[in-house]
Amino acid sequence: MVRLRVMSILMVNEEYDFNSFKEMLDVTDGNLASHLKNLEKQEYIQVSKSFVGRKPLTNYSATESGKQAFQAHLEFLENLIKENKS
Amino acid sequence: MRKPEQELAEIKSMMERSTRFLSLSGLSGILAGTYALIAAGLAYAWVYYPNVPFGTNIELIGQENILGKLLVTAAVVLLFSIGTAWLMSQSKSKKKAQKFWTPASKRFIQALLVPLVVGGIFCLALMSRGYLVIVAPATLIFYGLALINASTFTLTDIKYLGYCQLVLGIISAFFPGYGLLLWAMGFGVLHIIYGAMMYYKYDR
Repeated sequence: MVRLRVMSILMVNEEYDFNSFKEMLDVTDGNLASHLKNLEKQEYIQVSKSFVGRKPLTNYSATESGKQAFQAHLEFLENLIKENKS
Repeated sequence: MRKPEQELAEIKSMMERSTRFLSLSGLSGILAGTYALIAAGLAYAWVYYPNVPFGTNIELIGQENILGKLLVTAAVVLLFSIGTAWLMSQSKSKKKAQKFWTPASKRFIQALLVPLVVGGIFCLALMSRGYLVIVAPATLIFYGLALINASTFTLTDIKYLGYCQLVLGIISAFFPGYGLLLWAMGFGVLHIIYGAMMYYKYDR
């Protein structure tokens, strides 16, 4: 579920940082990190690390294949709904 | 297994909450409108009293340091309005257990401030060159554009408030004598109407 939420956010935001994800999704550091690692391994998201002053900032963005996978999932959901109706 | 309808609703809510600043307080709009009406009343007392509150006796503004008084009043109203909106939106987001300072709220403030600050500086330039009749329409027009610009990042309803400000701004540009009245309509009456609508729609 966390992963689907992460992808939803990245579909409409060019990039989003770790701490903002944490606040938006209300999850622990470790939990979020493992989900993000997982998405990264599937090459659905890409990571860019930088510094703001001395604080490290980790930004995430959706890859092309990540966006395609999300679209495919949306279509899957739509089809499910249509089938349920008929 | 969760229902697909629920999952879609979840996706939609995530997309909205991550891109839009939804804690804008309606009540603060009502208060900002009230401040503006008080200021317009003061301006009427200084510029027109005891005559009717319209007409182009702008030359009066140059006298008795009225321009300075008007500027200070405008600055105070601006600060009070922004301060009120800030505090009340903060408490609204606390009540909804959402963070106030998010990427979405930063984008909203940036989209609002760019046209607003440029418009403010432009109006100062107009005043320093003595084009006083065009200041009221310029504030309305820049404010309207700022609202329309920022509406992408908050409740879309403020787009319509922006359009109304633009209409009033254009009207007052062609009827300079009614600048104060139209300004009071735009920053006073419209804010109160809009704030009340937002309050009933989202805050209760």
